[in-house]
Amino acid sequence: MNQRISLIVDGKPATVDADPAMPLLYALHAELGLNNPKFGCGKAQCGACTVHLDGAPVRSCVLPVSAAAGKRVTTLNGLGTPENPHPLQAAYIAEQVPQCGYCLSGWVMTAAAFLRNNPKPTDAEIRQAMAGIKCRCGTHMAILRAIKRAAAAMSA
Amino acid sequence: MNPFTRRDFLKATGSLVVSVAMPGAVATAVGQGISSRAMIGDKPSLLPNELDSWIAVLPDGSVTAFFGKMDMGQGVDVAIAQMVAEEMDVAFEKVTVVMGDTEFTCNQGGASGSTGIQRGGVTLRNAAAEARRILVEMAAKKLEVPLGELAVEDGVVHVPGYALQRVSYGELIGGKHFHHQIEWNKRYGNALALKVRAKPKPPSRYKVVGKSFPQKIVADKVFGTAQYITDVRVEGMLHGRVIRPPNAGCTPVSVDEGSIRGIPGARVVREKDYLAVVAEREWDAVRAAEQLKVTWSAQCTPFPPMEKLYQHIRETEPNGKRVPVNRGNVEATLKGAARVVEAEYEWPLQSHASMGPACAIADVRDGEARLWTGTQKPHFARDGVARMAGLPLDKVRATWVMGPGSYGRNDAGDAGHDATLLSKLTGRPVRVQYMRHEGTGWDPKGPAAVFRGRAGLDASGNVVAYDFYGKGFTRQEVATNESNPKDTLAGQLTGWKPKANIVFQHPAEDYAFTNKRCWWETIPPMLAVASPLRVSHLRDPLGPELHFASESFIDEVATAAGVDPVTFRLRHLAHNSRHAAVVKAVAEKAGWRAGPSPNRGKGDVMVGRGVSYTERNGTVVAVIAEVEVERSSGRVWAKKFTVAHDCGQIINPGGLKLTIEGNVVMALSRTLFEEVRFTPNNVASVDWATYPILELADAPEAIDIVLIDRPEMAPQGAGEPSTRTVPAAVANAIFDATGVRVRRVPITPERMKAALARA
Repeated sequence: MNQRISLIVDGKPATVDADPAMPLLYALHAELGLNNPKFGCGKAQCGACTVHLDGAPVRSCVLPVSAAAGKRVTTLNGLGTPENPHPLQAAYIAEQVPQCGYCLSGWVMTAAAFLRNNPKPTDAEIRQAMAGIKCRCGTHMAILRAIKRAAAAMSA
Repeated sequence: MNPFTRRDFLKATGSLVVSVAMPGAVATAVGQGISSRAMIGDKPSLLPNELDSWIAVLPDGSVTAFFGKMDMGQGVDVAIAQMVAEEMDVAFEKVTVVMGDTEFTCNQGGASGSTGIQRGGVTLRNAAAEARRILVEMAAKKLEVPLGELAVEDGVVHVPGYALQRVSYGELIGGKHFHHQIEWNKRYGNALALKVRAKPKPPSRYKVVGKSFPQKIVADKVFGTAQYITDVRVEGMLHGRVIRPPNAGCTPVSVDEGSIRGIPGARVVREKDYLAVVAEREWDAVRAAEQLKVTWSAQCTPFPPMEKLYQHIRETEPNGKRVPVNRGNVEATLKGAARVVEAEYEWPLQSHASMGPACAIADVRDGEARLWTGTQKPHFARDGVARMAGLPLDKVRATWVMGPGSYGRNDAGDAGHDATLLSKLTGRPVRVQYMRHEGTGWDPKGPAAVFRGRAGLDASGNVVAYDFYGKGFTRQEVATNESNPKDTLAGQLTGWKPKANIVFQHPAEDYAFTNKRCWWETIPPMLAVASPLRVSHLRDPLGPELHFASESFIDEVATAAGVDPVTFRLRHLAHNSRHAAVVKAVAEKAGWRAGPSPNRGKGDVMVGRGVSYTERNGTVVAVIAEVEVERSSGRVWAKKFTVAHDCGQIINPGGLKLTIEGNVVMALSRTLFEEVRFTPNNVASVDWATYPILELADAPEAIDIVLIDRPEMAPQGAGEPSTRTVPAAVANAIFDATGVRVRRVPITPERMKAALARA
């Protein structure tokens, strides 16, 4: 019943031997040992598990691992490095956004895809684009500042 | 000194294998291993009366501070490092704060009651001052110079003006222990205090305290390299999932183990009424929990219909009562008053709804137990695990690893006991991660309550009597920590008998009414054992509930007296300059003009502003909210908040502002969106769809913060106090905008629309 499924995670080839219906999140976190994305709800309601699949944000807690076969998965960890941070990561550090930080994959991965297509968003567009992403610590003001800071840096 | 090696770490931490192949997967325990291993010689016992329990100087002169409280994301550890650096006269960068491990830190109560700096920090400050005193004494001997001629700069003791007369902390004691006894008050937890010979610095000489330093851990979080409790992997561990009943209070009668036979390695673990599954692979445990067929005991209806919750509270025979404030003669004065203003307010059950459900890993074997937990009180978790596993305290070690948010006694307080029980029963290390329905549905809830204010006015509108009454669930149906299994689901399901503490509160304000009474009554739990609606601490326990009511009511009294709400508050706070100061500061910053909004009730989008003020254990906060109320949809948008905040001496203004912002937004979420839903059979708020919280679209446009710094005063708390001020400011602003008073939370669009229609 298990299948061997190959995918590319943060630029490196990886293989899991698993139930094809198992959500991608369990492949990444439990089977491949990544520390992100996070399990938040298992229902695509919060965003904490968000990764890019061939560049587009998906909720890995509901996407079957078989749907990622042969595709490129990018996690928060693969988005940038301390030496070469994504502008959103740099902005998040500058604005000291997270408290618990468990929600970060949702915000950063969703905003990264959003800013790629909307380099100069308005405040209202940002608020709308982030619908469905949760933060329980209430860091929303800093999140808004960081996304705007990153947008400014990206279009500078 | 031997360099720290991985083998040392493994020796120090037993069987923990922390996904060593992953970059940056450094457990909190690793750092703590380093600070311990780098020290030579016998470390004295970990007791509060040993200076070595608090401060260590490493050979390179860097300093480790052992903090027995916790940072849960607001950056308390940064403030602690500042306080220690300041007293020891070392650079901020040289201080590492170790916390959350029972092997390295004394029990200062964990994260609790916004006392991280107020109590925990002050203790570390005393210890650091004492360490500096001893180091300077050592230097005086070594340099053969009188004490008074010595100064310290960045960890180097020297004689000013004489370049060669100098010795560093590292040279004096690096890698060795102080072996110095200090006095402590023999109390563990929040109350722990030290008495030392050294005198902390006068604030006029501060270089590090009062400045903003960032949290280094933010970068690890942002690059996805930080290790969370969910990322701890122990060799040979099983994955566990707990089975919750379809109806609260039901117990398993029979379990069809064949229903999960097709899932590799999955099996049932049962002890009395406790039921769980374990499997070698996580997904198999998840599937097994979903597929397991259980016959449950007959359906019971432990709860009233949800729409009768407040009626239930009002009508239930109380099990506790107190009258903490009783000045003059309230009843007689009310009877003689020209006018009596009276109003009632209602606040629902609310969930911690942490960002992810709780996770814990336990390894109970060979007469020892090891726990990795995200709880905010790891020392108390150790005590509970010892009881659950039937082991002496010194055979149990708990290590905190950061988790998905906290905000009080959330589901993390249960998960550690699940992991312990499952490890004990299987003889293997077990990792338990809850599912979303447990995180939202089965965490302890913030208490629901009803409040009634009554005020008597004389013919000129002066307040002659003031009566404030609250009634609700005690805020500690389960205790605020998990030091006893009776306060956990796993404990209660395996026969530990729960017993509630009777605790409620009255409003923390200082209005000088001559005849004033504040009193409360509590009611028993709706379901005594293993209830999804059991009540415990949720950020600022009872604060939002109480002060939504009391500060709304003060506004109603001001309106009845025909006095502007800011003027009214100041009039009755004239005797308390600190309290009056925050009200003045917030009004000035927000440009408050006396009188109701001129545009009240006009147009589809109605705009108004409201004020509120509260105190919490020494911290005073005033808030002005500016809201827009959309008549057609009923949507309330809190567009702007102005906050004046006085928590005494400020350690880190940048971190403080972010903390306040978080409090304001979370409190706004609870005011506008949050209510635990339930049926007579069970909790119905089990995920983000059934327990919605504020999203970015509803975040304010701006939060303006005025920090009132009082360097000469002791630092007070900031982790929660601004939470309680927000709900009434919003409700008062809604009244200003619409002329309609909302007295029930959450103020959803449906309720707002209905209230406008009734007006």
